[in-house]
Amino acid sequence: MSGAGDREAVFPTRQSLGIMKAKLKGAETGHSLLKRKSEALTKRFREITRRIDEAKRKMGRVMQIASLSLAEVTYAVGGNIGYQIQESAKSARFRIRAKQENVSGVLLPAFESYLTEGNNDFAMTGLGKGGQQVQRCRETYARAVEALVELASLQTAFVILDEVIKVVNRRVNAIEHVIIPRTENTIKYINSELDELDREEFYRLKKVANKKHRDTAAADAEMKQKKEELAASGEENQAPEPEDAEPTDMLAADEDEDVIF
Amino acid sequence: MASQADFRDRQFLAVIGDEDSITGLLLAGIGHVTAPPDNQKNFLVVDAKTDTAAIEAAFEKFTTERKDIGIVLINQHIADRIRHRVDTYTQAFPTVLEIPSKDHPYDPEKDSVLRRVRRLFGE
Repeated sequence: MSGAGDREAVFPTRQSLGIMKAKLKGAETGHSLLKRKSEALTKRFREITRRIDEAKRKMGRVMQIASLSLAEVTYAVGGNIGYQIQESAKSARFRIRAKQENVSGVLLPAFESYLTEGNNDFAMTGLGKGGQQVQRCRETYARAVEALVELASLQTAFVILDEVIKVVNRRVNAIEHVIIPRTENTIKYINSELDELDREEFYRLKKVANKKHRDTAAADAEMKQKKEELAASGEENQAPEPEDAEPTDMLAADEDEDVIF
Repeated sequence: MASQADFRDRQFLAVIGDEDSITGLLLAGIGHVTAPPDNQKNFLVVDAKTDTAAIEAAFEKFTTERKDIGIVLINQHIADRIRHRVDTYTQAFPTVLEIPSKDHPYDPEKDSVLRRVRRLFGE
């Protein structure tokens, strides 16, 4: 299948052979670079998945503790404070901001939590009783949310990396299994065509040489015959005309006499 | 892929959860209500009476409409009710995070992301 395989539509010339060779070289370089990129990303990806696994388990524990402290609040305040809290929530104190991290050319966002100063929506919560529990509960939940934010940034990185790794691997495979074989096929095709042309050319030259050889041999034979005839007739009347031999051997003849005007 | 400008101004968290989870998270200070004309809350209290369509609508609103939310927290038992939506949600921003609730312990097998993790490791 060497020549019949998938190849690019090019004319088999030396120039396109050069282009194809350059292309093959570029494809190989790109392949090794992409492969390394994919490996670096995969390494990072595995690390992240492991951390996600841990963080999810940790989240389960943290949320359990937080729920417990909320139960304490409900007990201490003596009644459900959910409604009151939902109504008094106005502006977020706990906010996040995203920053970026660069892993082999991929921008991974990471969330960072921060507290805005100065606004407290729940100043009145637990004013009557249970203020201490409410305070503790807020701290517990703040810690829980921090853990959640960390987990969220891991998860975002996970999703993005997953996507990027897929794209990179697709490219690596495309180069390895499509572009490189096809370029190699094209090079092979061009080489075989060029060889074919070379052989044709050689054959043609050989033919021409043969023909020339034959022609000179024929001419020689003719001349020899003529000379023999001449010699035979010269013996008879001893007056061979030099003009007869002149046109057949112009270059090998004696030098011309100088012409003086 | 998420563009750079996409997550610059995402600074809030949103919650879909039962009353206890919401109360706790609001106490931590994540609650936010936008300026008076539309008064959009970034949390939704779900109980047994809330119908699935409302949850889906809130999920839709938090994930696609609002551009200031970076993380959507959702109780796992509520995520189960709109599981197909959560599982088919694959965007990086905002991040959807399933959290345990008081009455429903956390089950790592159901989590859409953890399931992907497990599948990738071939377990």
